[in-house]
Amino acid sequence: MTADKLLSDLAAGAGGVIRDMLAGHDENITRLRELGLVPGTKIRVVRRAPMGDPIEVSVRGSRLAMRRSEARQIHISAE
Amino acid sequence: MSSATELRDDKPERDPVFAIAGNPNCGKSTIFNTLTGLKQKVANYPGVTVEKREGTCFNQHGKRIRLIDLPGTYSLNARSPDEAVVRDVLLGRRKDTPKPDAVIYIADASNLERNLYLATQVFELGLPSLLVLNMTDVAEAKQWRIDVEKLSQRLGIPVVPMQATAGKGIIELKAAMSRALDKPKSTVLPIPPDIFEALQQTRADLVRSNTVAENASLLEPLYLISDHDPEHYGIADSQVGRLIAAHDDLEKKLPAWEDRLAAARYEAVENLLRDVLRRPERDETTMTDKLDSVLLHPVWGGVCLFVIMGLLFYLIFSVAQGPMDWIKDFFKYCADSVKTMMGPGDLRDLITDGVIPGVGGVVVFLPQILMLFFFIGLMEDTGYMARVAFIMDKIMGKVGLNGRSFVPFFSSYACAVPGIMATRTIASPKDRLITILVTPLASCSARLPVYSLMIAAMLPGGGASAFAKAGIMLAMYFIGTAGAFIFAWIFNRTLAKGKGSLMVLEMPTYKRPALRHVALYMFERAKIFLRRAGTVILGLAILLWAAMSFPRHEGDDDAARLSHSIAGRAGHFIEPVIKPLGFDWKVGIGLIGSFAAREVFVGTMGIVYAVEGGDENTAPLLERMKDEKWPDGRRVFTPLMCLSMMIFFVFAMQCLSTVAVVKRETNGWKWPLFQIAYMTGAAWIASFVVYQGGKLIGF
Repeated sequence: MTADKLLSDLAAGAGGVIRDMLAGHDENITRLRELGLVPGTKIRVVRRAPMGDPIEVSVRGSRLAMRRSEARQIHISAE
Repeated sequence: MSSATELRDDKPERDPVFAIAGNPNCGKSTIFNTLTGLKQKVANYPGVTVEKREGTCFNQHGKRIRLIDLPGTYSLNARSPDEAVVRDVLLGRRKDTPKPDAVIYIADASNLERNLYLATQVFELGLPSLLVLNMTDVAEAKQWRIDVEKLSQRLGIPVVPMQATAGKGIIELKAAMSRALDKPKSTVLPIPPDIFEALQQTRADLVRSNTVAENASLLEPLYLISDHDPEHYGIADSQVGRLIAAHDDLEKKLPAWEDRLAAARYEAVENLLRDVLRRPERDETTMTDKLDSVLLHPVWGGVCLFVIMGLLFYLIFSVAQGPMDWIKDFFKYCADSVKTMMGPGDLRDLITDGVIPGVGGVVVFLPQILMLFFFIGLMEDTGYMARVAFIMDKIMGKVGLNGRSFVPFFSSYACAVPGIMATRTIASPKDRLITILVTPLASCSARLPVYSLMIAAMLPGGGASAFAKAGIMLAMYFIGTAGAFIFAWIFNRTLAKGKGSLMVLEMPTYKRPALRHVALYMFERAKIFLRRAGTVILGLAILLWAAMSFPRHEGDDDAARLSHSIAGRAGHFIEPVIKPLGFDWKVGIGLIGSFAAREVFVGTMGIVYAVEGGDENTAPLLERMKDEKWPDGRRVFTPLMCLSMMIFFVFAMQCLSTVAVVKRETNGWKWPLFQIAYMTGAAWIASFVVYQGGKLIGF
């Protein structure tokens, strides 16, 4: 059984599978879904910005930056 | 073929219209520029600052085609006005733009899944289409193998691999544009059955209430009700309410239906790519990774940013100075020539004191604008701009802005005009507006002559005070910056509509910049500036000239003439308002003149005090200022008054060029007027506090 974590808590280099995200008509989270962050997708934290926020993730072969406040809405099943 | 783009005989002759669509950073603009060359024009879509880029090109058979380069977007569910434009053009909902006859969809081959999300949305609209797979070199570097043949078969449309920055694939693209294009294969929409059913009901309701047309497909109401743009651009006010109601209705029936749609579409894309795309299990380490390990390194990343910004600052502050002086000299030469050629009179004065300085005052900014936009073009084109935003986001986020605001704000220390024009790189309309509003608070180079004069008046005498002078100068920069951050924080809480800025940002792969593209971008900005800002500034400069020249007062003394003019009377008139700041009516004339441009202050004070050559050499002016007295015998230019004056210049909006550019960039007079009011108000209050406070504690 794997532990459930928040994307914002992952260390640089760590990854997992998106298990659950905040649902509903939220313009920010909806856009994250449209960028490919849907449940079941593999995701990996590439690095944190020099000042700790935002973070850069790798998903479906593309690199995205998001703030930790957004990453906190995303639950990950750790690998 | 019925869906062919060939013109039918019964239709009037018209060039076919092709729309270019795709995600941001897919190389869309490069392909558009390559296809059209210089045969393009850039304007705004009516009522909004979204750029409409249009051009013409010829297909491989020499037939002329009209091309529309749509803004880059990730989804037809619009989140901002530029995304709404994409949706509306493709649905044929815009009166100012014809519904495209065909779509060229540009996809980043190294990012296929995400790029096909929007692609499938677009293809489902049923327009004849072709798919370009750009940046195949990047995909190859990542060891991705794409079966172009199979992808083309599955979609039912031509697929053209390309490497636009190297010019590879252009001929193939033009050849594909020559052939009659088909509609993409109509496969099953990736919409779960229960949502599909509910959407049909929604469509029927919206047709009944005349919100969408009778012949609207199922997709038009879908993309209208899932509009996320807080201003709902492109949707009539009378319809917004019904669309929101329809959305909420659906949400009640089928909670999280939008989330399910996104998931279903990604599933469909995965199916589409099954045995089309083969990629290694683990990401290959690419050039981009290697560069980022330095450029985004916790220490070296900051150092690199510092060096690059320093170079930018040096370019616009120092290197641009030479050409700016040539331009100034050139216009001075023009004015002198006119003076020798024409007899004295109002017309000559209008030309030499109104028109020529007015035009010159605009053109003089060109070197800075060209340099800044060359640099910004490079940073955008290579992909470094996204990294700047990534590094700076934490700091800018503290006042509610995002990392994208950094470069426009930073370049405003040289000049706010190019800085404000650079805010177009900020995607969020709210962040963009706030950045525009606070950007002129960065102490620009035009404030320098005023600071220098005032500091010299404040601390007369020798080298011992050089350190103090530099300290005061630095303090002015600091106060301006702090002011900008404080106002950004206030505006973020009060003014603008829209939710807290999300910074989801794509980190594109690094690319070698296409210099042609960068140069085109640079000249385009320059043209926009000259054409639009030029007309406004020229008009206002002539008005200001008239105010300083009329009514005519006989006498050969410039100082006497000025004090009897409208501006001189205005100086008297505003004296009660500026007296609490420590300024008399003569200084008032200078202030009125400085609303055209800050540096005009020094020259105007030279005229007021009848000092020759006040512009080039401030020493005689300083002497004269030292002797200036109030009627009761107190000195006017006390150290405290000089400080109050500098504080006034830190905050006040005194720049016609900025006003003109803000008007253009915000599409109306509302925001520039607000900006003049809040900045000048803040300037008055700050100066008042400094002067009166200073007097209270005994200065």
